Amino acid sequence: MKNRISWRVATVSSARWETASARTLVLDVPDWPGHLPGQHIDVRLTAEDGYTAQRSYSIASAWTPAPSATGAGSAGAPGTVELTIQRLDDGEVSPYLTDVVEPGDQIELRGPVGGWFVWREKQTAPVLLIAGGSGIVPLMAMIRARGEARGRQPFRLIYSVRTPEDAAYADELRLRVRENPGLDVHFVYTRKAPDGWPTPPKRIDVAAINSHGWPPDFQPDCYVCGPTSFVETAADILVALGHDPKRIRTERFGGA
Amino acid sequence: MEIDGNALAGDLSEVFATDATVAVFTCAGCGHAGAVATLRVWGPAPGAVGRCPSCTDVILRLVRTPSRLILTLTGATRLELPLDA
Ligand SMILES: Cc1cc2nc3c(=O)[nH]c(=O)nc-3n(C[C@H](O)[C@H](O)[C@H](O)COP(=O)(O)OP(=O)(O)OC[C@H]3O[C@@H](n4cnc5c(N)ncnc54)[C@H](O)[C@@H]3O)c2cc1C
Ligand SMILES: [Zn+2]
Repeated sequence: MKNRISWRVATVSSARWETASARTLVLDVPDWPGHLPGQHIDVRLTAEDGYTAQRSYSIASAWTPAPSATGAGSAGAPGTVELTIQRLDDGEVSPYLTDVVEPGDQIELRGPVGGWFVWREKQTAPVLLIAGGSGIVPLMAMIRARGEARGRQPFRLIYSVRTPEDAAYADELRLRVRENPGLDVHFVYTRKAPDGWPTPPKRIDVAAINSHGWPPDFQPDCYVCGPTSFVETAADILVALGHDPKRIRTERFGGA
Repeated sequence: MEIDGNALAGDLSEVFATDATVAVFTCAGCGHAGAVATLRVWGPAPGAVGRCPSCTDVILRLVRTPSRLILTLTGATRLELPLDA
């Protein structure tokens, strides 16, 4: 990341729905330099009258210089970047990316950027990932990167969603829990839980993080991502439970 | 809408040759030191204000005009950038 970053044009090569309102765009980016899991890109849309709108989107795919080893999901071919965009019905940019853009279309982007909210394979500590809604995207890139590298670092994901239908990457997560040893996934349902779920729907709380995270003594590296209020709640709980604030990295996506 | 310093990475990458969101600022108001990524930012906007997460004083301002990017760092006594990031 030594060179200054400038805008480049990417081509949408394919797209798929992850949930009824979240869509993954696979982008072909010429001369893509590679990225670290957790990094994002900025997308810039320009209307015919010259008006522009710019938004940040995390990279969902892992980057490996060689083709996928396991085929268990998105290893990300060289020069390929995947984004997952959650549609906000009253949003300016996200409905365009989920409902209007089609394969073959071009979009302008800048990146990869951001070197702080990243996980590197050389980190050996246990990892706790806490995602609220679309905050799963950069954390999924970390899970994918660990999987592709056959990493042994113990990983736990706590993923808060409104309903089971709102969970992105659900099939892939299930597969990875089986095939990537040392990965655990726990869901928190805030509006509707699956039948037979042991607790009624509730927001993320001390009990969930205490029972499904790591004890502070394990000195895990914690990554928290999602809507701003979610990130603040989860990070406060981690600090209250005794986690070292220096080991808690947060990324706020905005919203309430 | 409140976000954080991670979102400044793209604009800062047009100013600095290395990733400035990992740079450590020291707040002139309260002495708190932390990564630029942890600043509280109001956005997205053509102009962004980054505030100290500890005392909420303004640390930096980033304003984009059609021809230039203006970075004002009045609230920081120090900005330490790693050279190998
Ligand atoms: C570093 C970073 C990475 C991001 N990565 C992703 C990603 O991988 N996938 C993704 O879908 N989004 C991501 N976002 C959020 C994204 O940048 C946009 O904010 C989001 O797509 C909404 O844009 P919009 O133009 O559709 O809505 P806007 O027109 O900007 O806003 C419409 C309404 O939605 C509210 N709103 C805006 N953002 C959110 C939000 N995140 N949650 C809830 N309400 C919101 C606003 O307050 C407003 O009321 C990321 C944000 C940041 C800062
Ligand atoms: Zn301060």
